[in-house]
Amino acid sequence: MAGGFPTDVRGNGAIGVVPVLFSAALFVYFASLVPTIAAGDILRVSVPWVASLGIDFAVLVDGLSLTFALLISGIGTLVLLYSNTYLAGHPQYARFALFLTAFMVSMLGLVLADDLILLFVFWELTTLTSYMLIGFSHESEKSRRNALQALFVTGAGGVAFLAGLILLAAATGTTSISGFIAMEEDIRQHAMYLPILILLLAGTFTKSAQVPFHFWLPNAMAAPTPVSAFLHSATMVKAGVYVMARLHPAMAGTDVWLWTLTIFGAVTAVFASLLALRQTDLKQALAYTTLMALGTLTLFLGQESGYAMTAFGTFLIVHSLYKAALFLVVGCIDLSAGTRETDQLGGLGRLMPVTAFSAALAAFSMAGFPPFLGFIGKELKYAGALAVASEPLLVAGAVLLSNALMLAVAGVVAFRPFWRSSVPAGQSPREAPWQMWAGPLVLACLGALFGIYPDLLQVALINPMVVSLTGEISEAKELQLWAGFNIPLILSVATFVLGLLIYAGHVSLRARLASVFGGLPNLDTGWDRFLHGLKEFAKLQTRIVQNGKLSSYLFGTFLTIAAGILLTLVYTGMPTIAVDLSDVEWKHTSIAFLTIAGSLLVLATSSRIAAISALGVVGIGIAMIFIVFSAPDVAITQLLVETLVVVLVAVVMLRLPALPRAEFRPGHAVLSLAVGAAVTLTVVSVVSNPLDLRVTEYFEATSWPEAYGRNIVNVILVDFRALDTFGEIAVVVIAALSAYALLRTTRKGGPE
Amino acid sequence: MNSVILRVGTRYLAGLLLVFSFYMMLRGHNEPGGGFIGGLIGATGFVLYAIACGTEDARAALRVLPQTIAIWGLGIALLAGVFAAVFGDALFTGQWLFIGATDDDKGVPLSTVLVFDIGVYLVVFGSILTLVFAMEEEV
Repeated sequence: MAGGFPTDVRGNGAIGVVPVLFSAALFVYFASLVPTIAAGDILRVSVPWVASLGIDFAVLVDGLSLTFALLISGIGTLVLLYSNTYLAGHPQYARFALFLTAFMVSMLGLVLADDLILLFVFWELTTLTSYMLIGFSHESEKSRRNALQALFVTGAGGVAFLAGLILLAAATGTTSISGFIAMEEDIRQHAMYLPILILLLAGTFTKSAQVPFHFWLPNAMAAPTPVSAFLHSATMVKAGVYVMARLHPAMAGTDVWLWTLTIFGAVTAVFASLLALRQTDLKQALAYTTLMALGTLTLFLGQESGYAMTAFGTFLIVHSLYKAALFLVVGCIDLSAGTRETDQLGGLGRLMPVTAFSAALAAFSMAGFPPFLGFIGKELKYAGALAVASEPLLVAGAVLLSNALMLAVAGVVAFRPFWRSSVPAGQSPREAPWQMWAGPLVLACLGALFGIYPDLLQVALINPMVVSLTGEISEAKELQLWAGFNIPLILSVATFVLGLLIYAGHVSLRARLASVFGGLPNLDTGWDRFLHGLKEFAKLQTRIVQNGKLSSYLFGTFLTIAAGILLTLVYTGMPTIAVDLSDVEWKHTSIAFLTIAGSLLVLATSSRIAAISALGVVGIGIAMIFIVFSAPDVAITQLLVETLVVVLVAVVMLRLPALPRAEFRPGHAVLSLAVGAAVTLTVVSVVSNPLDLRVTEYFEATSWPEAYGRNIVNVILVDFRALDTFGEIAVVVIAALSAYALLRTTRKGGPE
Repeated sequence: MNSVILRVGTRYLAGLLLVFSFYMMLRGHNEPGGGFIGGLIGATGFVLYAIACGTEDARAALRVLPQTIAIWGLGIALLAGVFAAVFGDALFTGQWLFIGATDDDKGVPLSTVLVFDIGVYLVVFGSILTLVFAMEEEV
């Protein structure tokens, strides 16, 4: 992406403008709902969707979903505006805008859905659309690989998530989210609570990149920078957090929930902040701080106290604002200076004043300096951490450490490139066009505005959100810049000191971290090895199962049939054989002898034409059985099929070399006898029991009066069971066409 | 196969088989027969023709590609099934029309069931010929 800003900043015409207007309209619409929600109302719209399963297209707007919707549509608007310039003149901008808009709409659907199945549909849609976005630069192999990794990891989580949702719906008897939240006690007492929780968390942890599923998220940086800004700030990765928050009222409060979320969240937060400091690429550093934020949010969702919930809501907003702003700033730096490596950047402050200003505001918020919203968020985090039910000291320690590291990373990302005195030679950076600095500026200023006037945010979003999470308005703690001289303030000061110390020594610390983490197993290369192993296993399996020898395929098929039937017979007990042979007539016996003689001839002969004819004799014998037992339709069909099969087989077989001397294969002989025995036993056990003739009687009774046909077989085929017949003839066509295609591809020359 | 007798005989036999196959299909609702059997008999006629005179002649006599016939058959069968939905019945419910019916005579019965059976006939006929022709040409 080196080479400066696009010269044509007008963007991509209507394709560029329409998505911006669309998402702006969505944002305005959601903003207009704020007064209603802030007044304590909840909006619900429900349209029957799959009525037979009780699934509705239900939409719920409460404090939680509205906050997410505002973040998604608002940041979406700014990101689309930014992309229009960032990717100006890109030949595939239409594709990009479509994917990004589709992703935004899926995210909105996800946060607004009030039905588990609907939620899952949108959940998977975000997985798919984010796959498209991460792999947008599809010419690059790395990009494709990383997109696939994100798809597999979140997709695998998605399967677990679906299983969890189905169990949840089965346990509560409803798919309506607000429906089962209303009956909260039932789920936690339910015998299936633990499996449900594990499955759901498997889904949300992979989606929200908690350790050890975190490795896909930094790789998702392969996407163009605006996509990273969008995916990492307000959307994709927050989907898991959102679902945990949504289910919080119904599922939280148990020890399992508390400890799982606290431990995973705390480990992710600390681990990710350390990794973030290790990065030299600005974008990678930001990616790891996203992990830290996700860990912190998860950590707070583990708790139930009002402080934790208020901290969750505030930090969610803080993080979305500064993270989107910083990603967009990094995109500006990347285009302007042609690199994202911290060591090669410096002195950009005077050349790019507006960008530098936005970066500074956002970084202050991220570092948690007053009077920014980040400061309030941090104070609340400490208050929340101290109110933790499990291990307040441990949690507060984790939060303190990750916050200090965050401060250092903020300095590395947003301070150093602009204000480091030395300017590397050979670059001529200049200020970004307004479409590209507008987004970061607006977002960074909001962070400052809400910091100075926290009441705005408190009334509009935080209070309704806490009500969604806890059901009590009184649980919402006050957002304030000066909360008095208390423990959170002391911890804040400690954070500043520790953070500045880390920043001062971050270059040498980075080297030490590199040596420490170098020794840890790398999950990313582990992933590659896993995929490689999977492919090798598939190859091995293909070599064994599909070895290209027809006789081994047939052997396998018949072995399965024999084993299946015989095992079933052994398991269910051998049938009582009570066959009455008194009414056997000479014609039955002679047909049996004919058939047996045909089979023996097939085995004995060494002439192909004799073998084929003998098989025909067997078929005709079976047709005669049908005639004797008065099933003329079946008999005619059998005769005709037998005729055609003999012709077909003859066409093929007669071109093959002569049969070798018939050799005795004991394995095949045993298998044939076993199949014969299994089928005979089945037939005998069927006729030993009285037949259930209800269906037959129904057809006999209704065939003429209702279906106007006297030939019951045909009436069943074309009327009673017409749908089955349709399926069968579809199979016939598909089989014929596949065989035709197969014959055509192997054929060499010939007519046509 | 180079046999004058077979070739000459086949010209009549194949035609007879085709007519017979149609008869079998039409009577299928009340007597042994039906689309499946009809399709098999019709295909036998053309297979015979292909053996006696070669697939090139058989294809020329058929005029249409056999796989096209099979797919048309599938389409006709589907239409016959969907037709019921137009009248608000479940899919594939038979729709009947009795032309010139009186109290004790049903007149000429026409039905979507017959159309469905014609579809089955064409599918079986076309699929078998697709296979047989391709195999004859392949080996």
